[in-house]
Amino acid sequence: MKLNEKYLKYFLTAFASFIPFLLALYFIAIGKDSLLAFQKFGISFFLGSTWNPPREIFQVFPEIMGTLVSSAIALLISLPVSIGLAIFLSEFCPRRFSDFLGSIVELLAAVPSVVYGFWGLAVFVPYFLYPVENFLKENLSFIPLLSSNDGITGYNMLSSGVVLAIMIMPIMSSVCRESFLYVPSSLREAAYALGATKSEVIRKAVIGYAKQGIAASVFLGFGRALGETMAVTMIIGNALQFSYSLLMPSQTLASLIANQYAEAIGEIAISSVIAAGFTLLVISFIINFAARIILRRMRLRGSELI
Amino acid sequence: MMLVKEEQDKKKGELSYLNGEIIRVEGLNAWYGKNHVLKDINISINSNCVTAIIGPSGCGKSTFIRCLNRLHELVPDARVEGKVLLDGVNIYDEGIDPTEIRRRIGMVFQKPNPFPNMSVKDNVLAGLKFSGMKDRKKLDEVLRSCLEKAFLWDEVKDKLDLSGASLSGGQQQRLCIARALAVEPEVLLMDEPCSALDPTATAKIEELIISLKREYTVVVVTHNMQQASRVADYTAFMYLGKIIEYDKTTKLFENPREELTERYITGKFG
Repeated sequence: MKLNEKYLKYFLTAFASFIPFLLALYFIAIGKDSLLAFQKFGISFFLGSTWNPPREIFQVFPEIMGTLVSSAIALLISLPVSIGLAIFLSEFCPRRFSDFLGSIVELLAAVPSVVYGFWGLAVFVPYFLYPVENFLKENLSFIPLLSSNDGITGYNMLSSGVVLAIMIMPIMSSVCRESFLYVPSSLREAAYALGATKSEVIRKAVIGYAKQGIAASVFLGFGRALGETMAVTMIIGNALQFSYSLLMPSQTLASLIANQYAEAIGEIAISSVIAAGFTLLVISFIINFAARIILRRMRLRGSELI
Repeated sequence: MMLVKEEQDKKKGELSYLNGEIIRVEGLNAWYGKNHVLKDINISINSNCVTAIIGPSGCGKSTFIRCLNRLHELVPDARVEGKVLLDGVNIYDEGIDPTEIRRRIGMVFQKPNPFPNMSVKDNVLAGLKFSGMKDRKKLDEVLRSCLEKAFLWDEVKDKLDLSGASLSGGQQQRLCIARALAVEPEVLLMDEPCSALDPTATAKIEELIISLKREYTVVVVTHNMQQASRVADYTAFMYLGKIIEYDKTTKLFENPREELTERYITGKFG
């Protein structure tokens, strides 16, 4: 190996090993600062529902639930829409038009989240979601998930889930579209030659082959939804309480941090906000780790030889 | 099972006794966009025979057989005119369901293309699942009989749950043949089935092709003339989108009528 190539290799190795180091640093720094809160509240930090700065009680169960539920709503809405859009773009519309529409969808992914938040706050929630939610409340309030004791504002868990769905749809659908376009046309032909109809070709040959790509888009979308802060903070209503109803204002870990950090006074309050961040980090890690295991399980034995 | 098989054998036996034409092509023209690739093809294909289509690259061999099971029309801008009669019925008539035609006329492709996301077993049964078959026992019977017909059962009987992509190239191609046979086609089209395989795997596929004509009609596209002379009863020579000559294989190779054919088979061009 030439000398300068050797240096290049050392240089790149140093860069690459910086990444795990950085990750360890995150954990240590955030973990250290949140230690105080964990020591004081123990397991009740995760399981209790009170966040009361004057009395110095800090517990994040509603926020953990809020994070998971709002992301789950987003995923539930976004996944079928994304798959449908990706199928349309890859299987039904001509390639040039598909590339054009695909790049527009990808542009949507580049819109800053504060823009989505503001659009949700000023337009989408008051004029579109609020009437729908009011209708749900009037007619379906016997369902605990849609119950409400008094009037609703539209700024709540359901609304932020819907806005999150719109925010993660571009990345999910473009990952799905890429993985559908990656399906070899020989497999589509193989299915057609067996007498499959177009919908069977799509279901078995295309989606069947690309299901790992779909799974990857789910985890990517879920990951983004979990950590999304700005738009959620603007729409979720920021209530420090736990509620079964999706129509009640709520809070996520990310929005809690955004709302509380500036106002946190005193060691224990600051440590608790940081501990909320640590919790979010751990949740993201668990989801990511589970994703890897699931993706590996999905692979059929022997197919790694492709 | 035995009874069904006997009936089938009898039916196929009668056909083979008759050995009449199963496909008749009349005035077939095909285009990709403005590119006129098949020019007025007329040919009659006999049942329970192997018919080889030979010719230089780009002469329209593949396009021709893709017109026989209506696969050609799936390519954007592709167009077909003329008639293809399968047992006397034009497959391009209005009201004919192309998926039905593709079930009766199966196809094996140049590059082995098993579904990598499906197991060996699911690959073989894919076509039957498309047509909604759920009977477990029947499926298991079809699985075994098709793999046996494709000379593959002994090699994969312990690997039925592995991915179709885990097999060797030759095994994958035989898996694709088993998959095509599972929907019980009358005709099997093969588009250069050995061009991606090594000589041993090629020999196996050739042996298989010859054994298949007892029950099926086989049309095989090849640019390998030795292969055509080894496996085919009839051979058609195509050049620039036309069928130049079509005859018994021995006749075509030993005593061709056309000068063009002779020049091609003696290697003067191609």
